[in-house]
Amino acid sequence: MGEELKVIVFALGKEEYGIEVDKVRTIERLSPITRVPKTATFIKGVINLRGVVVPVIDLRGRFNLSETEHTEHSRIIVVAVGDLEVGFIVDSANDVIDIDTDTIDSPPEIVGGIKAKYLRGIAKLGEGRLLIMLNLSEVLNKNEIIQLEQLEV
Amino acid sequence: MDMNAYLSMFIDESNDHLQSLNENLLQLESDPEDLSIVQSIFRSAHTLKGMSATMGFEDLAALTHEMENVLDLVRNSKLKMDSFIFDTLFKGLDALEAMVQDIVAGGTGKADVTAIVASLQTIMKSDYKSGAAAPAPAAASAAAAPSSSTSAALLDQFQASILMQSIESGLQAFFVQVSLEETCVLKAARAYMVFDLLERGGEIVKSDPAVQDLEQEKFDRSFTIFTISTLKEAELIEGINSISEIASVQVTPLDAESLASLTTAPAAAAAETAEPPAAAAPAAGSPAKQASEPAKKTTPATGGAVARTIRVDIERLDTLMNLFSELLIDRVRLEQLASEVKRNDLTETVEHMARVSSDLQNIVLKLRMVPVDSVFNRFPRMIRDLAKSLDKKIELVITGADTELDRTVIDEIGDPLVHLLRNSVDHGIETIGDRIAAGKPETGTIYLRAYHSGNHVFIEVEEDGSGINQEKVLKIAIKNGVVTEEESRKLTPEEINMLIFAPGFSTADKISDISGRGVGLDVVKTKITSLGGNVSVDSVFGKGTKFSVQLPLTLSIISAMLIKLGSEKYAIPLTSIVETGIVKRADILEVHGNQMIQFRNSIIPLVSLSKVLESPDYDEGAEVETEIIVIRKGDKWAAVMVDEFIGQSEIVLKTLGQYLTQIHAISGATILGDGQVALIIDPNALIK
Repeated sequence: MGEELKVIVFALGKEEYGIEVDKVRTIERLSPITRVPKTATFIKGVINLRGVVVPVIDLRGRFNLSETEHTEHSRIIVVAVGDLEVGFIVDSANDVIDIDTDTIDSPPEIVGGIKAKYLRGIAKLGEGRLLIMLNLSEVLNKNEIIQLEQLEV
Repeated sequence: MDMNAYLSMFIDESNDHLQSLNENLLQLESDPEDLSIVQSIFRSAHTLKGMSATMGFEDLAALTHEMENVLDLVRNSKLKMDSFIFDTLFKGLDALEAMVQDIVAGGTGKADVTAIVASLQTIMKSDYKSGAAAPAPAAASAAAAPSSSTSAALLDQFQASILMQSIESGLQAFFVQVSLEETCVLKAARAYMVFDLLERGGEIVKSDPAVQDLEQEKFDRSFTIFTISTLKEAELIEGINSISEIASVQVTPLDAESLASLTTAPAAAAAETAEPPAAAAPAAGSPAKQASEPAKKTTPATGGAVARTIRVDIERLDTLMNLFSELLIDRVRLEQLASEVKRNDLTETVEHMARVSSDLQNIVLKLRMVPVDSVFNRFPRMIRDLAKSLDKKIELVITGADTELDRTVIDEIGDPLVHLLRNSVDHGIETIGDRIAAGKPETGTIYLRAYHSGNHVFIEVEEDGSGINQEKVLKIAIKNGVVTEEESRKLTPEEINMLIFAPGFSTADKISDISGRGVGLDVVKTKITSLGGNVSVDSVFGKGTKFSVQLPLTLSIISAMLIKLGSEKYAIPLTSIVETGIVKRADILEVHGNQMIQFRNSIIPLVSLSKVLESPDYDEGAEVETEIIVIRKGDKWAAVMVDEFIGQSEIVLKTLGQYLTQIHAISGATILGDGQVALIIDPNALIK
């Protein structure tokens, strides 16, 4: 038996993803987002989170998935990694589960169009359900954003 | 007792004491005769010693103790300050500071201070050498000599009467002074041999220090003895000199007359001894107070009306500031609602609340104001050391040290000022020889001024040095690729001066330790610009240079103009706005592909904010008339086209966080009354 890990489960399209609960500060409904000019397209802007200005990125855009219209199920998951505090727009967030770290396998090269380095691993939940665990520090890696911006220019 | 609870207090107070030590020492250096300064230095050192001993920082206490010993001699006029003593004391201070910094960083405050302790002890010893010589003539001539330490050598009536009787009965009485060699190891043994010799030929009436102390080596290198002897003066001298490791011996025969003056002297001695306890009282009082009431800050000895203050954790002030910002946002929201509801009593209440909250805002902002002195106070020492190491004579004149600035600005302004001052010392002020050759006074002067002006604080660093050599600046700028030769011809003198702020620029012929790596001034400029300030330079070749730093009073709440751009709202800091107006599309001129307008008899560029910010739903091109805001950066102006003015408002500055940094033309964000985030435009980025 490995260690128990509490994760927040959210969805992007048909895939289910997980983020450790201690990295998540809050989950919010969509609120008006102020656009920030001259940033990467997946950076949607900033929101007012109880007096703190927090940048919001669309995870679909971040992973090069096609962006969709936001629905009433759409949520902003605000994560905190080191000094960074960033909100992720996801299709829905509706579950907190315990998983055994032993059930997390290292990720295959490409999963649903997401590069392997963004992933920490894949957890098997049984009944054929797979949970993709995110590697947050890579997702929030700013160097890559700078590279992306340069590509766009 | 949990020491940790007192640690932060200890650190705060140690820093205070170290600072006052530094300042007072500098003051003393310029006026070495003023013993009242020595008194306050001594008190600071003593308190520091007491505190560090209480907290268990032995090395700190030990070093302070040695410094205190030297200061004590100075205080009692037994030692004259000279540059060696000053340097040693300053070195000691540096070591103390390093130890306190170590403690701040969570260390044990331990450090190897033996070198400094050794040189402090040499100072002490050389004092004793001169001190030992002083009492001899005093005793010989039997003068009372109240200022030197002869009082201890004086006899009480009983001893005097024994000596008197011996003299009357034909025996010879002597006053013997012995100094041992500096290298002497077994001092007690040598003293014993002297005693042995004297006792063989007579009797010892009194010795100073007392026999017990001599046996336990509790003396420095000299001692005095009153003895009755059958031997002659010459025989005594010869006998004592034959003992090895004796540096000098002095034998004075005593007669009835000199004895009488020695016994009447106690009156004068008593008057003298009355003084030291009085001086020692405040010193002894402070550690006691320190131990029993560590919360109380020992008041500086300046006396008079001391402002009543409390120390507050800076985090609490930050929290207060944040909470107040929230309140400010709600206030704006309430004002909006009240104007919609249009109920008189509601409007009145909201207006009253607005007034109260703006008073509150003033107080909250003032709470965070710190006098620039907290940055300036370390400069006199820095200039002194720099000047010494460069062999220049420099006087630093500080004015306006009580000018207040927001703490966040204060925290950031230190390094740029250090750069500017170092630059002035290194490149500005010439060497003594050059100054004399140029017909200037030997001592160069650096003025460091701070003053308020409008919503800004100005800090100036001015020196009467060599000034900027524009030819040289241009040559180097062209060589380093800062400007092309063609561009250089069009530059005004002011623009040439500003070249020294360009990255990678350095006019120093040699790279020195002090400055001249060519990174200094452009770092200064970047830093000050990032604080929302501005730096400029004014120089006359051969006469001197003046750097002028302009800083905003506060970084947390500013007045801004809110504007609309289609569906989006933005804030523009009021400080950069010259005025607002309207321009007709037909009046826009095209100059070399750039849009310009005529404004007050000059042509200024017209900036399309919607293009800069890639506005999704606004394009001024469709309008016949467009609102403009004229902004200013230094003496450059530009007109910015906007969709609509919303109005003026106090806004709370928020950062965009670590994830979004360096966004073009955006300096931060604020939260509007409706809870939405509005971005703050950086007008400086709009003017090229």
